[in-house]
Amino acid sequence: MSGAANRRRGPRERAGQSRLAALMLSPTLVVLALVVLYPLLSAVRESFYTSGETLDADGFVVEGERFAGLANYSGVLGERFVNALANTTLFTVATVSIEVVLGVLMALVMHRAFRGRGFLRASILIPWAVPTAVSGLMWRWIFQADGVANTIIGQQILWTTEGVQAKIAVIVADTWKTAPFVGLLVLAGLQIIAGEVYEAARVDGASAWQTFWRITLPLVRPALLVAVLFRMMDALRVFDLPYVLIGPRKHSVETLSALIWDEATRVHYGPASAYGTMLFLYIALIAFVFVKLLGADLLADVRTRRRVAS
Amino acid sequence: MRAISVVAATAALGLVAACGSEAPGPQAQNDDGRGPITFVSTKFDAEATQILVADWNAAHPEEKVTSVLLPESADEGRRKLIQNAQTKSDGMDVVVLDAVWTAEFAANRWVDELPEAGLDIPAFLPPAVETGKYRGKLYAMPFLTGTGLLYYRKDLVEKPPTTWAEMKAACEKALAKEKGMGCYAGQYDKYEGLTVNFAEAVQSAGGSLLDGSGKPSLTDGKAKEALTFLVDGFADGLIPKEAITYKEEEGRNAFERGKFLFYRNWAYMYEQSNKTDGPSQVAGKFDVAPLPGLDGPGSGTLGGNNMAVSSYSKHKQTARDFIAYMTGAEQEKKFAMSNSSPLARTALYEDPELIEKYPYLPALKDGILAAKPRPQAVKYGDVTAAVQESVYGAITGTRTVDEALTGLQGTLGDLIK
Repeated sequence: MSGAANRRRGPRERAGQSRLAALMLSPTLVVLALVVLYPLLSAVRESFYTSGETLDADGFVVEGERFAGLANYSGVLGERFVNALANTTLFTVATVSIEVVLGVLMALVMHRAFRGRGFLRASILIPWAVPTAVSGLMWRWIFQADGVANTIIGQQILWTTEGVQAKIAVIVADTWKTAPFVGLLVLAGLQIIAGEVYEAARVDGASAWQTFWRITLPLVRPALLVAVLFRMMDALRVFDLPYVLIGPRKHSVETLSALIWDEATRVHYGPASAYGTMLFLYIALIAFVFVKLLGADLLADVRTRRRVAS
Repeated sequence: MRAISVVAATAALGLVAACGSEAPGPQAQNDDGRGPITFVSTKFDAEATQILVADWNAAHPEEKVTSVLLPESADEGRRKLIQNAQTKSDGMDVVVLDAVWTAEFAANRWVDELPEAGLDIPAFLPPAVETGKYRGKLYAMPFLTGTGLLYYRKDLVEKPPTTWAEMKAACEKALAKEKGMGCYAGQYDKYEGLTVNFAEAVQSAGGSLLDGSGKPSLTDGKAKEALTFLVDGFADGLIPKEAITYKEEEGRNAFERGKFLFYRNWAYMYEQSNKTDGPSQVAGKFDVAPLPGLDGPGSGTLGGNNMAVSSYSKHKQTARDFIAYMTGAEQEKKFAMSNSSPLARTALYEDPELIEKYPYLPALKDGILAAKPRPQAVKYGDVTAAVQESVYGAITGTRTVDEALTGLQGTLGDLIK
């Protein structure tokens, strides 16, 4: 269906073809509209309304909802939202950068041919297979006052209380869990690099370090970028790990998703929807910037391949 | 199935709009409806409940009861119930409400007022009945109840303290010999347990979070005594530093490993810590007493699970009959024989057979009679969050006792109008 192919065909044929394409895509679009667009619009609408906030003389909640304008968005400038935004950003930057380094190292190890490779690959992937809530509980156990972490470092740190230590605990647990995911995607990228390139490098007398920087990394970059994009989207809406590991409403680790959850549990759907909308915009912005800046050659790569094919 | 996946997809988006907030409509119809009903209860007493439900079903083939269990976490359970009410579903008829949810569910008209006729109210512990009322009217029938108890090491303490000063003295005496052991702990992590422990401290100092007219009363000096007791406790090492991370179970594990002399917990722990085939090192070495206070015996807060009829039930008469049945004298005794969760009927606390099985019952009865409900607020979720915020700040030292209390007085004032 590439543009180049279309240009060679007649306009009538092209119109018929795009009608068919639209027809075939329509079920997908309907499903997407139902499960993505509808909740999205509904949340945006909800963010402008308020309900259940006043009691009548007999102590019953006054029914019905009321248009509230931008009142629900007033919290966006508040200390709590800003703190949650900062935490979300910090966790995203910190975990994704550490995971990229560890993930690439894991992939390089998994890529080597040696005895027991299958076993090693499987065991590196185990953390990724464990449900987040379960790993959260496991790390909570490790980080408790008389837990393994304190025994190993010989200190009495109360990890799950407010403070920098709680942030560190979350970053450690998240890295443990998702570095293998980056490793897996990078491994897939490594496997499609042709052996000749390395051979050529060896013939030219390149050191291992040069081979890595000049050959491996550039060639694995598309796969790595996809991994980073996925991880960023994931990290920006992280909820379960801080919730289980440290606990709800602890400012040191409260993320935007956690804040939204907390408002929603306390039946403040208006502010919750307002924050949800803000989080959506934030994620959309980051994704857009990322694809614009770094992902450009990712798409360009696909485009060149298409052009070659047609 | 499709409805579920749509809900799941919505939830996955992290957007809450689908929960909606349509106003509940009038619900007078179906008031005397009879027929099969669904009973929504909690997990931990499921087995004992099932015995009673099976008996009911054998006797009422036309009005069969189906049991459904809520998620273990109280917050999740509450969300399920609210979701059901907001979709006005008749999928739940009799629901089990936590003692602190009564006001919210009553004020939103999610549950019906219960006619007291046929419910034998005078036979129940009055404080437990109080937790089922909103503005003086009964909405939820007390079923399970409970309050905080002081667990103490009877091998190290001669007699349980009735005041904080006595507790301190007992610790100084006993801990001189016991190296590495702490004095006292409760639950101080930032969650509902912190509200419970703070409310208990305030009541034990002779105050209360809200006064008789429902206005916050945190600046009358009693709350200050209470919060100072906790803050100084952490500062002086009377309460071990780790206690800031304790929920019920973390503290129980530490108590079972002999980490401290006194521990505040609910009645459920008595049976578990006395098991000789588990990790407990204190089996047979502890006993329970009512909580100590500032100038005399203290006062706990009431926990509890009460039963209410959903406003959207189609068979409300059956639902009410079932509640009367479940809270009947014979059924409660049967329940108590197979589950240690304390029930709300007064007579059970004097039953010799049960006292033999659960020796803590007399202490627990004294505790419950001295106990008070937590604030009964429609926005209880906001109230408890505000309490936790202030108290956690004070015991971790990020704000002073006075700052915490004046701040809380103001926040609660705005929430309870």
